[in-house]
Amino acid sequence: MITVIDYGAGNLRSVTNALTLLGYRHRVSRRAADVLGADTVILPGVGAAGDTMKSLEKLKLIGPVKEWIASGKPFLGICIGLQVLLTDTEEGGCDCLDVVHGRVRKLAAGVKIPHIGWNQVKQLAPHPVFTGIPDNTNFYFVHSYYAAPDNNTTVIGTTDYGISFCSVLAQDNLVATQFHPEKSGEWGLRFYDNFMIMAGETRQ
Amino acid sequence: MLTKRIVPCLDVKGGRVVKGIKFRDHRDAGDPVELAAFYNKEGADELVFYDITASSDERAIMLDVVERTASRVFIPLTVGGGLRSVEDMHRLLQVGADKVSINTAAVLNPRLITEGARRFGSQCIVLGMDAKRVPGSNPVRWEVFTHTGADGGRGTGLDAIEWARRAVELGAGEIVVNSIDADGTRAGYDLELLRSISESVPVPVVASGGAGTPEDLFQAVITGKADAVLAASIFHYGNYSIGEVKEYLAGKGVPVRREAAK
Repeated sequence: MITVIDYGAGNLRSVTNALTLLGYRHRVSRRAADVLGADTVILPGVGAAGDTMKSLEKLKLIGPVKEWIASGKPFLGICIGLQVLLTDTEEGGCDCLDVVHGRVRKLAAGVKIPHIGWNQVKQLAPHPVFTGIPDNTNFYFVHSYYAAPDNNTTVIGTTDYGISFCSVLAQDNLVATQFHPEKSGEWGLRFYDNFMIMAGETRQ
Repeated sequence: MLTKRIVPCLDVKGGRVVKGIKFRDHRDAGDPVELAAFYNKEGADELVFYDITASSDERAIMLDVVERTASRVFIPLTVGGGLRSVEDMHRLLQVGADKVSINTAAVLNPRLITEGARRFGSQCIVLGMDAKRVPGSNPVRWEVFTHTGADGGRGTGLDAIEWARRAVELGAGEIVVNSIDADGTRAGYDLELLRSISESVPVPVVASGGAGTPEDLFQAVITGKADAVLAASIFHYGNYSIGEVKEYLAGKGVPVRREAAK
């Protein structure tokens, strides 16, 4: 069973629509037991990392999410769901989950912010989530901050916008994207499917 | 490199798509869900539904249209028209809209921008602006109009550039600039208006009103410095396909997303 974490702010509907279309059984939940009892966990998100951290704290989900990731089970973070994995964020100067060491930084000056639209993801390393997806395929982005992990080997995809930033991060069974695969058309759906196959989920 | 977005806009009334010529004389151009799926296949980068209905009954129809579209089409969907409260926004986002566009309500109650941005994030809040050249102004100025669906609209006395700047300060994450003078003419966007707004705000600007040819879209992104172009009749009546427009833009060196849906 896939648990999509509902902490009150994310655009869950698009994520669950994508899973439904692909035929993956899932539930939307904010209960710690549903996180720890899942086979695969998705942390979606829009908005600000600070607000997401506050919501996760209020729902007593910080411990369970960290425990889940530490167990090495499949985890997919999307947009803010990527940013909260880092140590801390410049946005409001708050601490994050520190699952991946590094900071969340504001996009460079000189470009329009938010970064809204379709931009290319350069694949730095072969990975199951990229199966069948051409290098430099466009995905849909909406964000003002980006993740800057200390360890470059976790970065498997980058995107250029003023600077080159981490758009796909992977560490064992954890994968996180700055773009929204659920809003990235056919290739975005393929990305979800690739991740679910990697996670050992099967279509119903 | 960030690509320029091509965004078909569907005016929806009572669950059906119409397109106003100079905001009047509405003609039926199809089912919004089918049309959305069609445009997605053709390579649209985003979709806008603009609800031009007046009654609350018909607003419920819009929620259903959005819900059905979002379960079939996996590209960003913006919905505008008649939103007056954060609750109105919430209902649309819950059924699958990604952004909401506010226009008249933002002028009447600018706090709505701030409240929406605080609750859903700036990236969700699009300011729609209808602007009209002030006759005889030198240097040229544009005035913001509201209630443009009904009878040509009402002047607000607000300067378009100042209003755009203020809306961004309040929390708007994107601005759709619609020229009342150009809308429906298919004679091209108001490039001077677009450029003035685009150079005045740090957020993306979307061109609207007046597209008739692919060259008009090219001018909007080059001369008008727009980040995205919204168009309706150029696509609805089959004059040009989205693929043709993108091919034209790509041929002239504009970065566009070419990988269309399978």
